[in-house]
Amino acid sequence: MQTKTIVGYADQIVIAPGETIAFKVSCEPGVADYRARIVRVVCGDDQPAGPGLKLEPFPAPAEDTHKARHQPIRTGSWISVRAGPALARLESVTVQAMIWPTTVAKGWQGLLGWWSEPRECGFGLFIDDKGQLLFAIGDGKGKPALLVSGKKLVDRAWYLVAGSYDAATGQTTLIQEPVECFPHVDDAATVCATVAKNYVGRPDAPFSFATILTEQGGGAVTAGAMFNGKIDAARVANRALDRAEIERLRDDPAAPSLRAAVVAAWDFARDMAGDRIVDTSTNRLHGTVVNTPTRAMRGWAWTGASGDWRQRPDHYGAIHFHDDDLDDAGWATDFTFTAPQGLRSGFYAALVETEGAEDSIPFFVRPPRGQATAKLLFLVPTASYLAYANFREALDSENAEVMTNALSIIGADMMYLNDHPEVGLSMYDLHTDRSGVAYSSRLRPILNMRLKGPLWQYAADTHVTEWLEAKGIAYDVVTDEDLHAEGVDLLQRYTCVMTGTHPEYYSTPMLDAVEAYIHRGGRFIYTGANGFYWRVAFHPDRPGIMEMRRAEDGSRSWIAEPGEYHMSFTGELGGLWQRSGRAPQKLVGTGFIAQGFDMSSYYVRKPGSFDPRAAWIFEGVGKDERIGDFGLIGGAAAGLELDYVDRKHGTPPHTLLLASSENHTDSFMIVNEEIGHNYPTTLGRDHPNARADMVFFEMAGGGAVFSTSSIAWAGSLAHKGHANNVSRITENVVRRFLDPKPFAGA
Amino acid sequence: MYPIDTSRTDLAREFKKNPFGPHSAELQRILNRMRWEPLKGKFVLVCTKPHKEWILAELPGERGKPITMHHDQVFTSLADAEWVVFKRRWKRITGQELAVD
Repeated sequence: MQTKTIVGYADQIVIAPGETIAFKVSCEPGVADYRARIVRVVCGDDQPAGPGLKLEPFPAPAEDTHKARHQPIRTGSWISVRAGPALARLESVTVQAMIWPTTVAKGWQGLLGWWSEPRECGFGLFIDDKGQLLFAIGDGKGKPALLVSGKKLVDRAWYLVAGSYDAATGQTTLIQEPVECFPHVDDAATVCATVAKNYVGRPDAPFSFATILTEQGGGAVTAGAMFNGKIDAARVANRALDRAEIERLRDDPAAPSLRAAVVAAWDFARDMAGDRIVDTSTNRLHGTVVNTPTRAMRGWAWTGASGDWRQRPDHYGAIHFHDDDLDDAGWATDFTFTAPQGLRSGFYAALVETEGAEDSIPFFVRPPRGQATAKLLFLVPTASYLAYANFREALDSENAEVMTNALSIIGADMMYLNDHPEVGLSMYDLHTDRSGVAYSSRLRPILNMRLKGPLWQYAADTHVTEWLEAKGIAYDVVTDEDLHAEGVDLLQRYTCVMTGTHPEYYSTPMLDAVEAYIHRGGRFIYTGANGFYWRVAFHPDRPGIMEMRRAEDGSRSWIAEPGEYHMSFTGELGGLWQRSGRAPQKLVGTGFIAQGFDMSSYYVRKPGSFDPRAAWIFEGVGKDERIGDFGLIGGAAAGLELDYVDRKHGTPPHTLLLASSENHTDSFMIVNEEIGHNYPTTLGRDHPNARADMVFFEMAGGGAVFSTSSIAWAGSLAHKGHANNVSRITENVVRRFLDPKPFAGA
Repeated sequence: MYPIDTSRTDLAREFKKNPFGPHSAELQRILNRMRWEPLKGKFVLVCTKPHKEWILAELPGERGKPITMHHDQVFTSLADAEWVVFKRRWKRITGQELAVD
């Protein structure tokens, strides 16, 4: 069996001619070197029944050999605060916060403090290996003074935690106080002791949250003992506060009586969108988050009065840290590629190969900025690639096999994910503490966005490019990131725009752009299903990092906590676009209705396909011909996920229903957002709505929309050397949509 | 939990004949039970030669732990693999060997 010993990623996902992309590669120890080359990708699917892997060698630069090296990944989110003079002056101290731990039994976890290993220097609050609060003070020379609560914390409960130390007397106090008390649960403690005087040392490390830092010399630190859970209302004072003062400092850090004592009072609800955390004290001990912990989280003061952190920031002072958060692997560059002028827009990849192992790092080349080099645009759904990045379904989900109705297959890439969980999670996965993953990043190896990968997203979308090339239809490609940044101007350079097979994740600027394009005369082909479904947001400063919330409805692999539906990057309500009044039916006529992952089915023509407005779409297709009763995905063209028309959700009233799929298996089930309460007939063989509706409609401005409404559609394009009715219908639509001639009556 | 009636070897034969479905309603219920195993020890196939060869394996059920490989169970047909796993699960759940070859 091939063991994957080489993986990589790139600093960008799309470049224009003249621009440079940097590749970062890591090999397992023992690999001496590897070869790298750039290829143009026509088809990324290598299954024997399909058109086969089609890669076009790229003339320059020629294949090159590089020395291999291992580049590690450190997961876990934390906060770094550069220690200023205000901390350095501390002799006595109080450090306190509200915490909501989620993996008390995990072992040692850092909460907050100015503390470093291995010197055991400074002060800090920790959870020890017995799940108890621990307060440590050390001068970096002698043994540290440790106070332990002696009471185990409870997962998912809020606590006031504090440690205070009086340097003149050595009097030290630890407080572990639950916000809510339960009978038979003994988790409250106040512990006092007298320890050495003047014992607070000054670490070289920064003040930190959610980790224990180890000094590596030269100012470098490594983060370990990562905390899972929330921290809120973190404060530091320059003297040993009493219990009442600790509470006052928590609730009102600007209180006049504490003015001389406050050293830092962080408000995590400020600057919510970025990587900075704000200290509201005059010392301005602002910090930086590492590996994107989840922000805009319910804090200890949340009441349910508002679900929007913009309305009640005081309710959203918590950050949720996870030991498996990752936003940037941070690897050094191994080689670069500069796209030459005139390079054809399309799918590309860097192939890296070593003895018995290989990896492919996909990227996209767009046309020169501000230009179009074809009339047709293929819009690469990279936001959706990002949402699914490193989806661990077959490894982590009990449901994987019942959904596919067949044994799960673990290939070399999935095996790498199993053996290297440090490459991080997808938005479908759960964190270690079973909370949902709200952010994803492409600045790390993505094992399922690969040549020869699963026929889902990336590799499946190359069935479209393979078909376009076979038909000799010239096309440009741009990505969701381009669309997000440049909006409708980018689309308006094209007569016709085609989507990928599953363009599920859309930011507001992306959706606005597609909507405007369709309304301003654009011709739009929705080549898939379950598109325009989840609302996402991109990091304001760092491209390639995306956020979503699996809010109150939708087909969800996890469910957001109440009150945590608004995204931190924009404040917008996350979740389904449908729930923000912009269902996909409004945009493209159809929206998500059913999913099933075993066998696909076929379409039959509906009266709308004989209407003169649309009969040209079926030129060459027989009246009673089954459409797409063949294909690479489940054996037919209507499969995986299906969309249907629904006027209630906004399907335009003049939409022509051209064809519908039928005879789906019971693995296809009506999606739960279309079910008020459950009932026994939501399966494919019972429910009339378990179907894909193929539709066409014209727009007043000269535009038009054609929707296939099935993810599996493109998997049927190559059947019989592209001579089949799925290919014929697609070609009829593409060629007519590329003809600027207006549609009759529009 | 849907019970497996060990006298219904006709359903086992149905599966062997057509492992990828569509299945009769009764067989599908049995498969749903078999396939909804806990993650720890759940049967999967590890692909050893793309599209050509697979080895029976069990999931660790815990992140970071290795997948257990059954190197003596190598398949060149996915249908054969499904049948072997069906028989193993039949025994795992009912305690009885499935008397169908």
